[in-house]
Amino acid sequence: MGGRDATMVLLDENGIRCDGRKIDEPRKIVIKAGGLKNADGSAYIEFGDNKILVGVFGPRDVHPKHMSNTDTGILRVRYHMEPFSVDERKRPAPSRREIEISKVIKEALEPAVMLEKFPRTAVDVFIEVLQADGGTRCAALTAASVALADAGIPMRDMVAAIASGKVADTIVLDVNNEEDQAGQADMPIGYMPSLKKITLLQLDGVLTPEEYKKCVDVGVKGCEVVYELQKKALHDKYFGNRGD
Amino acid sequence: MATVSVIDELKKAQILELLEQGKRIDGRALDEPRKILIEVNAIPKANGSAKVRLGDTEVLCGVKIQPDRPFPDMGDKGLFMCTAELLPLSHSTVETGPPRDDVIELARVVDRGIRESHMVDVAQLVIEKDKSVVGVFADIVSLDYDGNLFDACSYAATAALLTSKTPTWEMIDDKPTVVEGGEKQLPITTIPVSVTMGKIGNHIVVDPNGDEWDSMSARVTITTDSDGNICALQKGGSDGFTQEEINQCGDLSIKIGAKIRTQLKSTQEEYQKNG
Repeated sequence: MGGRDATMVLLDENGIRCDGRKIDEPRKIVIKAGGLKNADGSAYIEFGDNKILVGVFGPRDVHPKHMSNTDTGILRVRYHMEPFSVDERKRPAPSRREIEISKVIKEALEPAVMLEKFPRTAVDVFIEVLQADGGTRCAALTAASVALADAGIPMRDMVAAIASGKVADTIVLDVNNEEDQAGQADMPIGYMPSLKKITLLQLDGVLTPEEYKKCVDVGVKGCEVVYELQKKALHDKYFGNRGD
Repeated sequence: MATVSVIDELKKAQILELLEQGKRIDGRALDEPRKILIEVNAIPKANGSAKVRLGDTEVLCGVKIQPDRPFPDMGDKGLFMCTAELLPLSHSTVETGPPRDDVIELARVVDRGIRESHMVDVAQLVIEKDKSVVGVFADIVSLDYDGNLFDACSYAATAALLTSKTPTWEMIDDKPTVVEGGEKQLPITTIPVSVTMGKIGNHIVVDPNGDEWDSMSARVTITTDSDGNICALQKGGSDGFTQEEINQCGDLSIKIGAKIRTQLKSTQEEYQKNG
């Protein structure tokens, strides 16, 4: 919210954005599978200036017990931002925003995880945003999929995520923090590329019907790029030369 | 809540079976919302209010307008906030206590739809820049539940805002003071309308009722504005949509939204005509 710099050029005459990217170019994305010793699976992602760590536990016993389901396992997701992750200190307790994001990420992952194979158990996904710079929910969802795979939990597909949006009347891929604050629309998308299913979708900002369809399309294509990086992260860990 | 009764499973099977034949359990077409009853000025003590009945889902929105301090670095804009709360009297499963994640999501989605459409022109709600602004608070409560609170809450808030009257304030001795006879309409720029669609099997149904709500695997709520543009969207539920389905839902939200907007508009005009 706020802090808008009216003089900032979001998109120059050569189609270059405020951080030097082209309109269909994502920020630099680095994903690392594993890394945490205690968690059953983990992943770390740097998505531009976002730094997010995800740990997965389970399938394990459910506490409190009444939350367990005899037909299927349950997925629990906590998305949490560190107080020091943003410009102005964030209170440590979960905000309404974090509770909503936890829910949409959970629902984005559920179609991918074969929870029905583990009735009465829970899979817990803990997402910690160490540094935030716009697009944390997509980066978090991307890393969470890798962490679930790293934990060896059976999955139908991984969910890759990235935001498309409208900046200076142009549909662009991977909206950064400045563009989100000053831009016209932001559409986070989570997508399972092998199953061709959109599992996370939100939008704020005004789009014409044509722009809406284009935005979905640009986002889906972006997810396919992210997907390759997710697979590479897992490949590097399990089939890399160093063998760690 | 944790136990699913046999009747529920049978009903889900029946809903799906009917949809395979292109029919819905309550006889509606797949793209047909339930009947909407709107009673504006239900709470005359509020600056604006509306009771909305969408099928058997009923909600009440009251708008309160009062001077407030602006957000830092937003000193040239008034405040707009929309909340939603489920009352325990509206359904047997609603409990008192802190809101669950689904209620928080409901409140935020309804707020976002109206906020992102820029329905209330907050730039016109400044009493003195950086010092005092007008705050518009639309608080919604559920009275009765039969699915799709998202749209019921959205229509109630929109209808209440469309018929709200705001006092005028001026700064006297550094305090916002009401100007006698300065009552006027809220500055409104557009009429946002949300349309919620559920996915049951491979079918998309508009405005799911309570039984359909329990049967669907995913949902999407899309808000459109008076220009027929899309201004907010939220996907929910533990299944996904194909890109074609998302495009189809976008088209549906524009088509259905336009009809509902006509009803909201005529409600507003009728209310203003009768003073």
